[in-house]
Formats: sequence, structure tokens, C-alpha cells
Amino acid sequence: MSTALLKTVSLVKSFSAAGNLFGRGGGTVHAVNDVSLEIKSGETLGIVGESGSGKSTLGRLMLRLLEPSAGRVEFDGVDLASLPRRELRRLRRRMQIVFQDPYASLNPRMRIGAIIAEGMRVHDLAPRAEVKQQVLDLMERVGLSRDVFDRYPHEFSGGQRQRVGIARALAVSPSFIVADEPVSALDVSIGAQILNLFIDLQEERKLTYAFISHDLRVIEHISHRVAVMYLGRVVELAPARSIYTSPRHPYTQALLSAVPTVEEKGRVERVVLGGEVPSPLNPPPGCAFHPRCPLAEERCRIEVPELKAQREDATHQSACHLR
Amino acid sequence: MLAYLLRRVAGFVPLLLGITLISFLVIHMAPGSPVELMTDMNPEAGPEIRQRLEERYGLDQPYHVQYWMWLKRIATGDFGRSLSSDARPVIDKIKEALPVTLLLNVLSLFLVISLAIPIGIYSATHPYTPADRATTVFVFLGFAMPTFWLALLCMLLFGVVLGWLPISGLKSLDYETLSWSGKLADRAAHLLMPVTISAITSLAGLSRYMRSSMLEVVRQDYITTARAKGLSERAVIYGHAARNALLPVITILGLSIPGLIGGSVIFETIFAIPGMGRLFYTSVLMRDYPTVMGILVIGAVLTLLGNLLADVMYTVADPRLRKR
Repeated sequence: MSTALLKTVSLVKSFSAAGNLFGRGGGTVHAVNDVSLEIKSGETLGIVGESGSGKSTLGRLMLRLLEPSAGRVEFDGVDLASLPRRELRRLRRRMQIVFQDPYASLNPRMRIGAIIAEGMRVHDLAPRAEVKQQVLDLMERVGLSRDVFDRYPHEFSGGQRQRVGIARALAVSPSFIVADEPVSALDVSIGAQILNLFIDLQEERKLTYAFISHDLRVIEHISHRVAVMYLGRVVELAPARSIYTSPRHPYTQALLSAVPTVEEKGRVERVVLGGEVPSPLNPPPGCAFHPRCPLAEERCRIEVPELKAQREDATHQSACHLR
Repeated sequence: MLAYLLRRVAGFVPLLLGITLISFLVIHMAPGSPVELMTDMNPEAGPEIRQRLEERYGLDQPYHVQYWMWLKRIATGDFGRSLSSDARPVIDKIKEALPVTLLLNVLSLFLVISLAIPIGIYSATHPYTPADRATTVFVFLGFAMPTFWLALLCMLLFGVVLGWLPISGLKSLDYETLSWSGKLADRAAHLLMPVTISAITSLAGLSRYMRSSMLEVVRQDYITTARAKGLSERAVIYGHAARNALLPVITILGLSIPGLIGGSVIFETIFAIPGMGRLFYTSVLMRDYPTVMGILVIGAVLTLLGNLLADVMYTVADPRLRKR
């Protein structure tokens, strides 16, 4: 639990917004802005944030499904950007992704068995004759019945499709999985089953997760450490327990206070944020959160705060001038 | 599947009856009759001759009786004889014209598909690049140009100025004397211009459909999934994306089947190609009822079969449409 399996260094991804016919006039959106973090082998890093905070983009950058505009991603000590195409494809075996929408992420024209087997075939992981047996075993492990091997994705419910998505990711025996809102599209009870499946599989197979969600409860349940994102930046990064019991950043505090609870005791004073999330096309100067921050001072409007360790707890990092 | 096919084919019967009834009425109600065209220019043909002719062809009967007589004959597979001066069986005339039109249009469709799909895929995988914009402009120029105008210009350039290609007909005068390879080359030379020009106009539509359909598909998660699996870009684009993007294109191809059989009046006239379009046009001018009806019936049957084929292809291509 000590070596970093995945490391991002000053990672930036900017998109140019649509301009005119000749591609001019559009602005630039920094979907991910200067993100440096590490995910240790065997841990789950929860990434939480509102829509548009750049969490999905960050997940895709980690796997180099998107090309970074600046910065680096290192996987197991290897700089992904330096890898030639062929090597990158070989490395893909070790890092996989599970998407939010389990329907859109499965090719509608392929049978379940073929979808799961494709990765094995491409990477030559099993002799031809054994592929089917391995796929069936995998299907059984994720809770699919063996006789759905020849079915098509549209014949399944959302939860079952997500199981297919997980089996598909596991088929190549990866060590790192980015789970991009994998339970957000599911009913709460089904979502909980899938979440537990993720946790069991992590223990069994020594998996490392980057688990993306907008749901703080889900993140709390599965994560060892949590990164909170706001407008493309990580504003707080800390062990899960520490973030839930003593959040430092005003944004995290506001988020946590908004989580509905059933217990009367331990309910925190609700911090209601004013205003809207600023347009990422035109983010505010200084700390991006300052227009909505109850504590904002002059300094916050000018200087971008750095993510730095707290004095009392070195594992807890927060990007705020004041906390 | 078999039950489905039988049901569909059974549904054709009332459909065909309706089609023939309407076309029969429309063509018979059009002003002028074949008898008039035969007798007007002949000073010796008096009213009795005219009446004799009308009786001979059954044109003196009321419409419903005429339609019933026609229907009885068609049910036995008899299309009747042409009313034009050659008086040949209608079926023979169609047998001559149909292969010509089919050959031309199938070649043209083949050319369209083999160009439009790669163009569409390329445009979609390199969107908004100069190459994408250039193909867009080129393809739309082809679309915007009137066929007959482009055809005439090409005939002028390749046929008259450069003298590379024959400008009309399907074979040269000395065709019969040529060796088989010479015959083949002669055919190819005659077909080259008509096929290419008719393809250019359809190219725009289909390549645009393919492009937008591909753009739609490539941003789906399962394409990212395919990349994440470690598939090569080729396998992702051609194996996963293009196959899904082809589904809407099948519909477009299904819609083009009637044109495949009917041929184009303008086109076949310009290039002097003895196909279905030209046969239909001359028959209508002559009020040659049996031939017109024969072409319509055969065209309708082939069109219905073509649509059925497109539907069947759809279920083959898209598992989501199977069952039910």
C-alpha cells in the first residue's frame, strides 16, 4: 500500500470551445487544471465533484483515453505519453474503465460473450479453446448466469449490463480500473450490489481503483482516500475518514453539509452556497471558488491557492489560503 | 422469420391491386388515346377505322371492365402486346430494357457505396480538418450540379474534344465483330461516363449520411470501451464504429431500390441508353397502355421486394430489431 501505481503530474486538459466555420473565435475550457495526485497500489481513490468539475476528464486522462494538454501521467513508473502506440496498447491490458451508462458502453451488435472475450483475444491472454470457459467463469463471478453468453446487451437490465461492463474490464486481468460513475445510473439497491461487487473484487484481485462519483455517500463507502474537485482543480485530497470528519476546504464543507442524513444527532449546520458554478470558459481569477465562498478575502481574488498539506495532519491536503 | 416473410408477401397482394388500380385510372384518364395517335396523321383513317381499332383493343368498354380484363390477363402472367407500331409482347420489351437499367444502376450504386462509405468514415474521423472541408465542398458541388448539364459537359470534353469515350448508346456499331475482350472493353467504355456521372450526384447524400452517422457513433462510450480494451485504431473504427454507423445507411440504400429499377428518364435520354426510363417515357407519350401498365407492375413488385429485402437486412444487421 505504499508505492504509487498511478501518478499525475501537473495534468492539464483544455478543450477549445466551438468557434466559427474556420475554428476561430472559440474560447478555451480547462476541464482539468494542474492536477497532481498519486494513487497507491491496492487503494481506492474516490474522486468527487459537481457536474463539469472535470472528474470524468481526469479519469480518461489517467488511462490516456484523452491526450493531456500539459503535464504527465505515470503508470507504474512509466510515462504514458512517452509510449509509442503499440506499447500503449499493450499497457491497456493493465488499466481498464467502467462507464456510467452501461448501455452506451456496450456495442449493441455484439453478443455478451464476444464483448467480454474481445479483450482476451486482442491481448492473447488465453488459448483460443479456453477463452469461452474463462469468459463463463468471469460471468459467474460478477453474478451473471452462464446461459446469457449468447445474448445481446439490449436484452438486459441496467444492473446486469453494468455486471457485463465489469466482467469486460476484468477480462484482461487489469491492476487499475477507473470506475466513472458506475452506479449513478442504477437504482439504489442495485447500485449497492454493484458497489459491493467492486469492493469484493478489489480484495480478491488486488485491484486499484479511481472511483468517480458525484455521490458523497457512495464515495465514502468505497474510498480509502478522496479527492474533491471544483472547476478542474483538486481542492482537497485526504484519507476518507479525515475528509468526512474534518473537512478543511469551505467547498468540501458545503458539499458535506448538503448530504441528507436520517440521524438527528451529528447533523451539521447546512452551508448553502450562493450563486452558480462559474462558467469554465471564463473562470474567476484567483481561487475559482471565491465568488461563492463564505470566507473569501482579498487575497483569494488574486492568488490561486496551492494544494498543500495541513500542519496538523500531513496526509490531509487542502487548496485554501485560509484553512 | 419465415412466418414474418409469408405475412409480408401476403400483404403485397392488396397493395399491388391498389397500385395497379390507381395507375390504370391515371393513365387512362390522361388526355389522348393510342388510337388517336395512330389515326390522326393518316388522312385515309376515318371514324369507322378508329372505331374498329377501339373495339379491337377493348378501349370502347368502360374503365372498370377494361381494368377487370387487364387484371384477368395479368393474373395468368400475360402482359399483352404493345400498342406501338412494332406490336411486340410487352414482356419482351421489358426483358430487353430492365437488364440495361439494372446493370447501369447497380454499377453506379456499387461505385457510390465504395466511395461514399470511405469518404464518410474519413470525414468523421478527421472532422473539421481541411481535408474534411475539402471533401465536403467537392461532394456538394457534385450534388448541386444538374445531372444533365454535367453529362453534357462531360460528353463535350471526353467525347468531342478529347475523343476518349463514346458519348451515347451501349455498344459501338462494330460490336458484333469484336473479340470477347474487345466487347468487354467496348462495353466498359460506353458505361464509364453514365455510371460515373450518375454516381456523383448520389455520392453527396450517402457520404454525408455516413459521416453524421459515424460522428454519432464514435462518441459513444462503447467506442471508448473498445479503445480501452487496447484494440488498434483500425479495429475500433472499422470493427466497432463503422458497423454500427452503417445501420441508417441501409435505410437509404433501401429507399434507392425503386430508382434502381425505374431508371432515369433524363439520364437515359441524354446518353441514348435503351433502359426502363426511356421505354416508360416513350410508352407514356404513345399512350401505350399495356406497356405502361406492365412496367408499373414489374416496377412495383420489384420495389416491394426491395423494401422487404432492406427490412430483412436491417434485422440481420441490428440484433435489437430481431424477435417480435
